[in-house]
Amino acid sequence: MSTAATAPQRTAPAIGAPVVEARGVVMRFGGLVAVNNVDLTVHEGEIVGLIGPNGAGKTTFFNCLTGMYKPTEGQVTLSGETLPPKPRRVVTAGMARTFQNIRLFSNMTSLENVMVGRYCRTSAGPLTSILRGPKYKREEAATRERAQELLDFVGLGDKAEHLSRNLPYGDQRRLEIARALATDPKVILLDEPTAGMNPQETRQASDLIFRIRDMGIAVVVIEHDMRFIFNLCDRVLCLVRGETLIEGSPAEVQSDPRVIEAYIGGGTDDEEEQA
Amino acid sequence: MRYALPTLSDETRAKHAAKGWPLALLGSALLLVSGLLSWSYDDRILGDISIRFWPVGVQIMAMVLGALGVAFALMDRGPLRRVGNWLDVALGLRALSTGVLVFVALVLAAIATEAGGLVNVNEGGWIALVGALLMFVGSRFVPQRELGQMHSARIPGWAEILVIALSMAAVLFLAAYLLNQDDAWLFVLGLAFIIALSMGLARSGFFTWFGHVAQRHKHVLTLAAFAVAFLFPFTQNGSDANMSIATQVLIFAATAIGLNIVVGLAGLLDLGYIAFLGSGAYIGAMMSNSAFATIGWKPPFLVTMLIGAIVASIFGLIIGSPTLRVSGDYLAIVTLAFGEIFRLAMFNLDGNNGPKLTNGPNGIPGIPDLQIGSFNFGDTHNVFGIPLGRFSNYYFILLLLIGFIILVFTRLNNSRIGRGWVAIREDERAAEAMGVNVFGLKLLAFAGGAFLAGLAGTIKAHQDSAVSPDQYLFLESAFLLAAVVLGGMGTIAGVLIGATILKLMPEKLRFFSEYRLLLFGLLLVLMMRFRPEGLVASRRRQLEFHDEDESLAEEVEDWHLEDVR
Repeated sequence: MSTAATAPQRTAPAIGAPVVEARGVVMRFGGLVAVNNVDLTVHEGEIVGLIGPNGAGKTTFFNCLTGMYKPTEGQVTLSGETLPPKPRRVVTAGMARTFQNIRLFSNMTSLENVMVGRYCRTSAGPLTSILRGPKYKREEAATRERAQELLDFVGLGDKAEHLSRNLPYGDQRRLEIARALATDPKVILLDEPTAGMNPQETRQASDLIFRIRDMGIAVVVIEHDMRFIFNLCDRVLCLVRGETLIEGSPAEVQSDPRVIEAYIGGGTDDEEEQA
Repeated sequence: MRYALPTLSDETRAKHAAKGWPLALLGSALLLVSGLLSWSYDDRILGDISIRFWPVGVQIMAMVLGALGVAFALMDRGPLRRVGNWLDVALGLRALSTGVLVFVALVLAAIATEAGGLVNVNEGGWIALVGALLMFVGSRFVPQRELGQMHSARIPGWAEILVIALSMAAVLFLAAYLLNQDDAWLFVLGLAFIIALSMGLARSGFFTWFGHVAQRHKHVLTLAAFAVAFLFPFTQNGSDANMSIATQVLIFAATAIGLNIVVGLAGLLDLGYIAFLGSGAYIGAMMSNSAFATIGWKPPFLVTMLIGAIVASIFGLIIGSPTLRVSGDYLAIVTLAFGEIFRLAMFNLDGNNGPKLTNGPNGIPGIPDLQIGSFNFGDTHNVFGIPLGRFSNYYFILLLLIGFIILVFTRLNNSRIGRGWVAIREDERAAEAMGVNVFGLKLLAFAGGAFLAGLAGTIKAHQDSAVSPDQYLFLESAFLLAAVVLGGMGTIAGVLIGATILKLMPEKLRFFSEYRLLLFGLLLVLMMRFRPEGLVASRRRQLEFHDEDESLAEEVEDWHLEDVR
């Protein structure tokens, strides 16, 4: 592994109480065990990295956390409460996510995308919407304002009325983060937030993640870019074939020979992961 | 352009550009003049077109088309050149001339069949044909010009409002004219005229511009549209024939807009929607003062309306809650079955096979006219000396209902709920993962749509003065869906147009009714091929149907940016 230059934003994190606790999560698809007995604890104000070779079960683990899959065994708690395997309830409880392959509402504008994220924090029903009652007006204005704020936060403030499908790739990733932030999460799960980005965009992304952490939101990141992960994270969990290989500080994980072996499979062919 | 048929290459066009424009202008001018000439020796057909300098009916239509052609030509080169910077005159002229050729050919065919042979065609008809041919050939060689950005094309505000008012007046005039044609040929020719006119205007981009204007003066447009609809009964001189059709169109349109909430906004395919109209109608009938009504309680009509709507929405919830977990084709099949179950249930609840509620196949006849306060809907009232009969009364109350339904539709669409529906349509799993209550919103669309159909149903029972199970066949559901798809999913104007087309045609063209299924099928197939987003497309829907069209995406983005400015 190449040694990472220390990022300037890196401050000693004030680790708080555990937010997310996953205990013994197992996910079987028929005979295939995609995730086998994985534990994960995320504390307040912490950035946790999830790495592993392709097919290690990182995204499946994410799906178990966010209720898109119902884990075969094990349970996930958020702030001490057990999460039901219903994506909507998980979001309401305070865990938001982005997707590996961007899943924006492509024919909506950036602003509308983020406003959809506010859905679970607003409650104007059909009646007040039809009558344009005071509640509707208040909520609609607040939603719009908050969405614009979040767009400014991720640096898309001037692209509010652009259709999300027309945005460049990097902007789409940032928009997805803004949409997830709109749900007022306690923890945000980012699935490969820098995939397909150039080095400058990657730097902006890690800057953005630090700023999210500074808002008091815990962050879990899946990423293949090792320099990015070891710069960013307070703790790193390495999954291999569905099992935890090692969990520890970036330095520990980085120097563990088993991690290197897992990635380059004995050390002959593929070295691009270290770039 | 996207769906252009095989056309000339640009080089050929450039080579003959100099000849094209004079030909097109000459053709248009000939068409304009031909209206003043005699078209036939026979003075009994198509409203006497044999007299010179006395244009009627088709001759006036030909003159209007000719005048538009001349205007287009002068926009390309000549005094109106500035307008040509915004309108795509070349495309407009091409589309117009195609429509004109079909129109003139139909006129000649009409003269030939009505009067017996083409020998009856007088010089006016032939000159019109020559003019149409010249236009057709000439317009093919008019090259396209570089166009300015449409949304920056501005004329003074009062002029824009004037354009809206004039367009609405034209719509009223054309509708009244068409409906008053007893001659089937004149009706067909009127349609051909409208199609030719709108083809020319649409391809030139006039409607796009009109859309921008309408966007800037939304309230004026809505007001003008309602004023026109409100004035329509006054053009009928107390004749019930057209008003009866108009009320049927309104009921059909009201139901179709309700269905559009389900199909167009929430994206759920419902093939049994007529059952909700039916349950409203049955409730209205059972609680009416009919001698055959089966429920003793006779509340005021507004209460009955509410009960009918609530019963319909309960049906919506009952059918929706187990089935909305399936989607797409499966949902369509379940709703189709529900429509049939409703009809069969109404057929059988006659006291032999269950409670006596519906009188089985006989239905509930003899429903008296509505009476709200001292206003009886069966009476003829004179307003400003113009008699307004029974159907006009129903027409007005239905207009109110449609206004209410449109209000519900647009306001739900522009709210948190509407955004949720769009998100579900775009990516259901992502919507769920962003905290949108997918199931709840689908159920709301289903129950809300049913509620509106129930409202319409209670009025329909009184207007038809009878309900029976055979009014609520699957075919009716299919027609409702066809109106939505034809007009444009997710839009009001589109569905109104779709409903009018589907309901008006069979009424005005009796000979056509035997083939109506064949022709509607054909129409839908053609629509799916050439314009899947419907006649009047909502911008977002249009994008969904043309996923790869980047220039369209840019255009839609311009709309959004303009909204902000």
